[in-house]
Amino acid sequence: METGSVRTEGNAPGEPVWTGLPPGLLRMRRLLLVVWLGLLAVVAGVLLALFAPPGWVALALLPLVLAGWGWHMLGRNWRSWRYAERADDLLISRGVLWREETVVPYGRMQLVEVTSGPLERHFRLAGVQLHTAAAATDARIPGLDPAEAERLRDRLTELGEARSAGL
Amino acid sequence: MSTASPDPSVSPDLSADPDLPAHLDASARPDLPDLPAHPDVPDTSARPAAVPGGLPDAAAGSGPAGFPSPTAGAGHDGSVPDDGGSARGDGGSVRGDGDSVREDGGSVRGDGDSVPGDSAAGLGERPLSERRLHPVTPFRRAWAPVAVLAGWAVHDPGQAQEQLTRLTTTALLVGLAVIVPGAALYGFLSWWFTHFAVTDTELRIRTGLLFRRTAHIRLERLQAVDITQPLLARVAGVAKLKLDVVGTDDKDELAYLGEGEARRLRAELLARAAGFAPEAASEVGEAPVRPLLHVPPGVLAASVLLTGTTWASLAAALVVPTLLWFATHSAWTVLATGLPLLGAAGASSVGRFVGEYDWTVGESPDGLRIDHGLLDRAHETVPPGRVQTVRIVEPLLWRGRWVRVELDVAGSSNAVLVPVAPREVAYAVIAAVLPGTTVPALPARPPRRAGWCAPLRWRGYGLAVTDAVFATRRGLLRRRLHLVPHAKVQSVRLTQGPWERFKGLADVHVDAGAGKTVTARLRDAGEAAELLRAQADRSRTGRREAPPDRWMA
Repeated sequence: METGSVRTEGNAPGEPVWTGLPPGLLRMRRLLLVVWLGLLAVVAGVLLALFAPPGWVALALLPLVLAGWGWHMLGRNWRSWRYAERADDLLISRGVLWREETVVPYGRMQLVEVTSGPLERHFRLAGVQLHTAAAATDARIPGLDPAEAERLRDRLTELGEARSAGL
Repeated sequence: MSTASPDPSVSPDLSADPDLPAHLDASARPDLPDLPAHPDVPDTSARPAAVPGGLPDAAAGSGPAGFPSPTAGAGHDGSVPDDGGSARGDGGSVRGDGDSVREDGGSVRGDGDSVPGDSAAGLGERPLSERRLHPVTPFRRAWAPVAVLAGWAVHDPGQAQEQLTRLTTTALLVGLAVIVPGAALYGFLSWWFTHFAVTDTELRIRTGLLFRRTAHIRLERLQAVDITQPLLARVAGVAKLKLDVVGTDDKDELAYLGEGEARRLRAELLARAAGFAPEAASEVGEAPVRPLLHVPPGVLAASVLLTGTTWASLAAALVVPTLLWFATHSAWTVLATGLPLLGAAGASSVGRFVGEYDWTVGESPDGLRIDHGLLDRAHETVPPGRVQTVRIVEPLLWRGRWVRVELDVAGSSNAVLVPVAPREVAYAVIAAVLPGTTVPALPARPPRRAGWCAPLRWRGYGLAVTDAVFATRRGLLRRRLHLVPHAKVQSVRLTQGPWERFKGLADVHVDAGAGKTVTARLRDAGEAAELLRAQADRSRTGRREAPPDRWMA
């Protein structure tokens, strides 16, 4: 399957093996972007054509420009998400301008959640959310394939039980 | 949660499981879905959503093998079977460690909330001796109506006076005749319906008149024990006892117990939590205390006087009403702003002195003992290995003379370890709290180019990592050094904004329990990446050397 960041393989031992997100999330976000901004463009175009002097209709193109820019940004953001399961901890890296890299030792996980809203379910996506005893821990992997999310959840829980450390 | 651990919230599916013992009868079943607060609920509700066909799988996995014995579930308020609890404790499943499990009865349970005998029969353990609180307890509620009236009078003085003049003597008498017995009855009933019992692994508190509530507080998850005595309680010879575990709230305190009983109960709870045998636990008695530190009143007074906030609040309390008087010439406005300001000034000076008076820190096998207070006395006990973070605060005017040490314990509101002490003495106390810790002397500053990200402030930042702690410093005038033991680190994060990246800098955040995050700001990007990796390793291995939860076991 094509993924955002190429699955790096065969590099030096000790280097994490990164996995990117499947394309479903990008597809969903782009579709939403196009649908909403397209609607906005149509509504704005109709209103401007009816009530504004001619020429102002060109303003209706603005949402379309925005959509193009957003299309690009969503792609960059999606490519930036990646995670790696190491022997003892989970790495999550994300963000383009504001980068964030999180390390959570398996033994610290208190709860692993698989969440999926109605829209995500329609696109066959599921997110994995990790909780530790620290509220600030922000370890979330969105837009996974449901089977992969299940696998990740089970594996994390299993590793968490094996290395359990508590508070 | 994994498919391997028992999960009571999937129990509806289990009723169809042919392997379940037949005597899981109707009377037992209402107990099963009886966990409205079960933290796993979002998990399971999401499971079918995430994966079609996931739920049957999970139910099968947690079937006969994993499901806690239904007979245990059939007992009494033990709708939280013990093996369910231990499965929960060991990670993977419950956030905040699921320390106290509650059932807010009333709505779900129809089976007359557990006669004590029923529980003994159901669980097949020795009968629980349920106890009531001290008989003086009802009177703690007696002042409530008075306080409400007083609060209203203060809030709206003009109208209160108007109402008072209209009140006739008969109306007053009738009012008293209704309010006083009502309050007394409420106080009496809430006392009558509150029971507590100590089992081998739990403290159980059963309370509530209309809405029953049972808290089971697991002793091995104990974070701290507090005995507090407000002034009036001291006069009456009673005390409040509170067990801090993650997730308890104010309702889970035992108020009031007799003074001696509170101490005996604390000793017993600590002995059980420490891992003494159940038979021995009630006879172990108080652990001996070795004093570490006592703050003389003179030093405390001087330290309060040398604190900037004291003078700032006092100045505000004097200047603001004066200015208002010249501006408005309205006595009410001046009073309305002046009184709260004076109150704040008082709280930050006199209040602090009174609260931190006679501050004594001692060390015992049960952990750290902190006793303090002039009017209200408080006695705190923090068992070994419960401290999540420690902060050394050094206000500008104290520099070179004293430091203040604050600490964080998960689920506890205690925040001060040493209100004021010379540096060496405070460091000795820290060494007792976090064994094997030496406070790093000179934290390393960020590189000079950090000045582009945080002009001036960057000079206050610092970082030091020792074998035992991750330490960061911040603050230019009021210096704060935060220490996190490696064993308490829950996760490590590296963040980098665009401007920081341009300058080749990054921040490293270390998340500890008790909701604290310690940040090393503006480190060199390469150093930060290395730090992230190394800190993850250290926090993973740090836990291995840490003492067990049951510290005497």
